[in-house]
Amino acid sequence: MSRLVAPLALIALLLAVWEIACRLWQVPVYFLPPPSAVVVSLVERAPILAGSALQTFRMALQALAVAALLGGGLALAVSISRTAEHAVRPLAVALQVTPIVAIAPLVLIWAGLDHADRAVVALAAAVAFFPIFSGVLTGLKSADPDLERLFDLYGASRVQRLIRLRIPAALPFALEGLRVASGLAVIGAVVAEFVSGSGATQGLAWRLLESGNRLRTADMLAALICLMAMGLALSGVVGLVERRVRAYLS
Amino acid sequence: MAVADVIAALTGAVVRYADRAAIGPLNLSVAPGEIVAVVGASGAGKSTALRLLAGLERPSEGQAITTAPGRTAFVFQSPTLMPWADAQTNVALPLELSGTPKDEARALAAAALASVGLGERLTARPRQLSGGMAMRASLARALVTQPDLLLLDEPFAALDSVTRRHLIEDLHSLWAGRSPRPAIVFVTHDIEEAVYLAGRTVVLDAVSGQVAMARPTPGDIPRQAGWRGDPDYRETVETLAAALAHAMPDRVA
Repeated sequence: MSRLVAPLALIALLLAVWEIACRLWQVPVYFLPPPSAVVVSLVERAPILAGSALQTFRMALQALAVAALLGGGLALAVSISRTAEHAVRPLAVALQVTPIVAIAPLVLIWAGLDHADRAVVALAAAVAFFPIFSGVLTGLKSADPDLERLFDLYGASRVQRLIRLRIPAALPFALEGLRVASGLAVIGAVVAEFVSGSGATQGLAWRLLESGNRLRTADMLAALICLMAMGLALSGVVGLVERRVRAYLS
Repeated sequence: MAVADVIAALTGAVVRYADRAAIGPLNLSVAPGEIVAVVGASGAGKSTALRLLAGLERPSEGQAITTAPGRTAFVFQSPTLMPWADAQTNVALPLELSGTPKDEARALAAAALASVGLGERLTARPRQLSGGMAMRASLARALVTQPDLLLLDEPFAALDSVTRRHLIEDLHSLWAGRSPRPAIVFVTHDIEEAVYLAGRTVVLDAVSGQVAMARPTPGDIPRQAGWRGDPDYRETVETLAAALAHAMPDRVA
């Protein structure tokens, strides 16, 4: 019970201090609006925010699917051959360490300026790729070495070994990668939308930019709260699936 | 010993490692249907000897031969069951990997589990089994292919002594119940367990990695009740214990 009550109490306290401070010192609303103003904005702009949240959510989800297919598939392919792994890993790491903001303008050009949403999905997928690739690859190698020896002893084929031993052993790692990737996909989608910038996509990041340009700080904070809630929901759902699968597998 | 009487043998087998001392040269031959116990301190190369006999590792020098390729089974120190599969699926695995149709493999797996007293636990997951039961399932998985050579690497080390004694009796009766009898090589660090279990006990020297002593054990297998009190048994245990103490790495102390 206290695990739920304690953080809620802290949040309530912080909000109260914030509200009181804003009123006491008469802080300008463009600088820091009181929480009550943010709530008003949330309620008034609910339809717009919901539409934008849906768009960002859809793009992040698509990116996650693309990253899972590419990352998982490539890890599977690479796990079969050590040479392939040596060849691919530096490229995967290079992709991981390249700042997404830096490649965003390029990807926008490639996707075509009329298809900014595709660029957003591609960029979000690029950041979500690495944790999935890395998780699946680690997982495929995580099987008990004695079980691997058992498969050697009975002359298992590569396909048998993959299906009956390595893939089940890899699943928890893959799902953990997916959980990390789901957070990164949201970040990637937001960054890409910032860079594309002109309302070509109308996700939550665009709402943030738009409100910021108009100095409507309460609206910015409302969009930010939606973004936070969305990120939490996404990683919560993936985390739940991960725990279920982990419990089933062990 | 004539070639026909050997099911597996190591001849001057040496295994070199990049990061630790080499093991061997090892000389060990196993006759069909015999039970051999291999004792020695940690690092003496007991597990390596088993992996060589199984063909899971190649010697850097010398020879490891087996006349039972594909007829060899291995039981590891831990049960090494697949945690995501039930007992029956785990035990059916060796058969399915070597191409036995699924229904037949599952039926044979059920029979193998019944032979180790787990006939009622076919659908249990490994985590639902006690340590002793998991080890029985592991034994069933090794026996399901009707191997001619059964290699066991300290399989009962993690179990309590009562469970361990039960499993040794079970192993004896499973061995005696098969025709022809499988050869068993059993690695342990417990001399009494070795002498009770095996028809012959081999002591590996921890320093040189070579065979320090090999000695047949008197008496019939399965053992008579109270055989642990037999003077022959005691004398063999004491002799081998002295050889093992001499073969320990810290024997100077």
